[in-house]
Amino acid sequence: MSDPMISVENLGKRYTLRHQATKRYSTLRDSVAGLWARAASRQGPESHEEFWALHEVSFEMPRGEVLGIIGRNGAGKSTLLKILSRITEPSQGRVTLDGRVASLLEVGTGFHPELTGRENIHLNGAILGMTRKEINASFDEIVAFAEVERFLDTPVKRYSSGMYVRLAFSVAAHLRPEILVVDEVLAVGDAQFQAKCLGKMESVARQSGRTILFVSHQMSAVRRLCSSVLWLDRGRVVEHSRDVEETVQRYLRGGQDFAEQLPARVDLQDTPRDKGSACIFAAVSLESARHSASAVFEPDEAVTIVIECDLRGQIRDSLTFSIQLSSSGGERVATWFHGDNTGHPLPSSGSFVCRCVVPALHLTPGDYWIGIGAGQRGDPLDKVNEALMFRIESRETTRAGMLQAPATWEVMSA
Amino acid sequence: MSKLVIEAGRASRQYWADLWRYRELFGFLAWRDILVRYKQTVIGVAWAVLRPLLTILIGAGVFGTLAQLPSDGVPYAIMVCAGTLPWYFFSSALTESANSLVGNANLISKVYFPRMILPASAVVVAFVDFAISMVILAGLMVWYQVMPTWRLLALPLFTALAFVTAMGPGLLFTALNVKYRDFRYIIPFVVQFGQFISPVFYSTSVIEERFGDWGRMIVSINPIVGVIDGFRWAICGTTEMHWGSFALSSALSLFLLVVGIKYFRATERTFADVI
Repeated sequence: MSDPMISVENLGKRYTLRHQATKRYSTLRDSVAGLWARAASRQGPESHEEFWALHEVSFEMPRGEVLGIIGRNGAGKSTLLKILSRITEPSQGRVTLDGRVASLLEVGTGFHPELTGRENIHLNGAILGMTRKEINASFDEIVAFAEVERFLDTPVKRYSSGMYVRLAFSVAAHLRPEILVVDEVLAVGDAQFQAKCLGKMESVARQSGRTILFVSHQMSAVRRLCSSVLWLDRGRVVEHSRDVEETVQRYLRGGQDFAEQLPARVDLQDTPRDKGSACIFAAVSLESARHSASAVFEPDEAVTIVIECDLRGQIRDSLTFSIQLSSSGGERVATWFHGDNTGHPLPSSGSFVCRCVVPALHLTPGDYWIGIGAGQRGDPLDKVNEALMFRIESRETTRAGMLQAPATWEVMSA
Repeated sequence: MSKLVIEAGRASRQYWADLWRYRELFGFLAWRDILVRYKQTVIGVAWAVLRPLLTILIGAGVFGTLAQLPSDGVPYAIMVCAGTLPWYFFSSALTESANSLVGNANLISKVYFPRMILPASAVVVAFVDFAISMVILAGLMVWYQVMPTWRLLALPLFTALAFVTAMGPGLLFTALNVKYRDFRYIIPFVVQFGQFISPVFYSTSVIEERFGDWGRMIVSINPIVGVIDGFRWAICGTTEMHWGSFALSSALSLFLLVVGIKYFRATERTFADVI
């Protein structure tokens, strides 16, 4: 690989926090008064604190790489993108960009509600850095992708919010820069449109020579799109690696407060949540096939989920339980309902323990959430979405995909 | 392909080239504001004519007919028109460019472009209104049967001066407005006062008669005086130009433009953080 497309050296962005004057809109009077006070008392300014939104960040990106930037809120992801797209300038360090940059920090920047769809495509295209020629060339494609042909000459203030977002994303998706900077834009629209956007992003990413920086909280999107990943925490680089899966896993584990020790039982009495008074989950725990408490399982090992529950008073209609299994990124993997196998009705009063045995999950190694819910004829009584985390580990080679499902092969000569 | 380097305090190097590169966006933003300006109004663009026309009629009525002020030998309405049209251009250009950054805060915090495009396109929008309102001048000249002289050819020059005069304070105020929202209240005040301090409804020669040469020079410490005097000189064939006052006023315009650009450039880099 020749020269890097993007090189970031020792980049830092400092903000000054003022502790007395907390007003964001300073007034002229405040400034004048402040000058006066400072001159009069000969003291320093009121206490200032320096805050580094980014500190000593360095990395390089070759042409054609798709870099996912991950980190918790306030890690400096958006600040990094803002510096790269020249919206704000760094306090130290330097960035060298070898190509035209287009940034997409928000969908529909500069859309004007009074203008028609057609006019907004031109305007938004120009704002995102497309030339008139490029906009005209991809105009039909943009309209087709957004599915708004019939409303092209309607002011966008009359659009439904879905149409608005589709049109806005569609313009952005047809940008043709060498470097594309994208912030969290997939978190718009309904699930179907999100999937479509992700697909579009993927095809954009595959086109050769396009270098993309992509901030997301959706780990599934990062896994799917990115060829390398940059993990930021409190303004510093924690990890920059080409092994997306490994880093994402470590990030997710580090993101939870227990790094190594996964508890096999979690007391839910004090977990904050909206709950009625009739039915309260007391605890949830996991057991292996040998009835020992555990939070680490093999893909083909049986997992028993134990729910401890207190009923206050008498439940009149039949009570149902549900268990949700989600990936650490929040994607639902499976759902089980008590009542799928009848024969053991839940009691209508008192405290009790309920066990759900799953013979084998066949899941790919990683961390997963157990969530539990109780309901009565469709009305929720109690619900804990992320009650307990467990880990799947394997001594065997794992194959790509979400499941390590067993299969038998048969070959016959024809 | 040139490499782009981003460093602290360095954004300035290819600023003017960048401004040129973003000329299409400049055009689009001006086009947007022109399109939007009279949307959902009943009489639409006629507002661009109606507002100055009413001002001219009232000004001519009060100062010409009631107060009987002299008018350099042309109908009073034409003299007021030659002052009102550039004044309207100046005041709306100033008001709108001053609000342009705050009004487009979402663009500034999400997209890069040379920020000077925003106040500049606001001035262009005001200019379009100005160009339309020139109809009033033509109408009044036909009504009073005033023949234009060769001096009218100089009008584009004075229009350019009006541009410069509006741009300087516009840049200064819009940059200040980002940090100090006080300017939201200061600007309408400036505009309201300015209409009477500046020779919009009366001729500068009245000042000269009353207060002599010095009085006229003092009144000319106001950038718009040169523009209005220039318009009157070009439109009314009989007005004499006081070149000393014109030079002072125009020099002030240029000075304000330089100050405006300097201050704007100095604060521009922090707009996204402050706005």
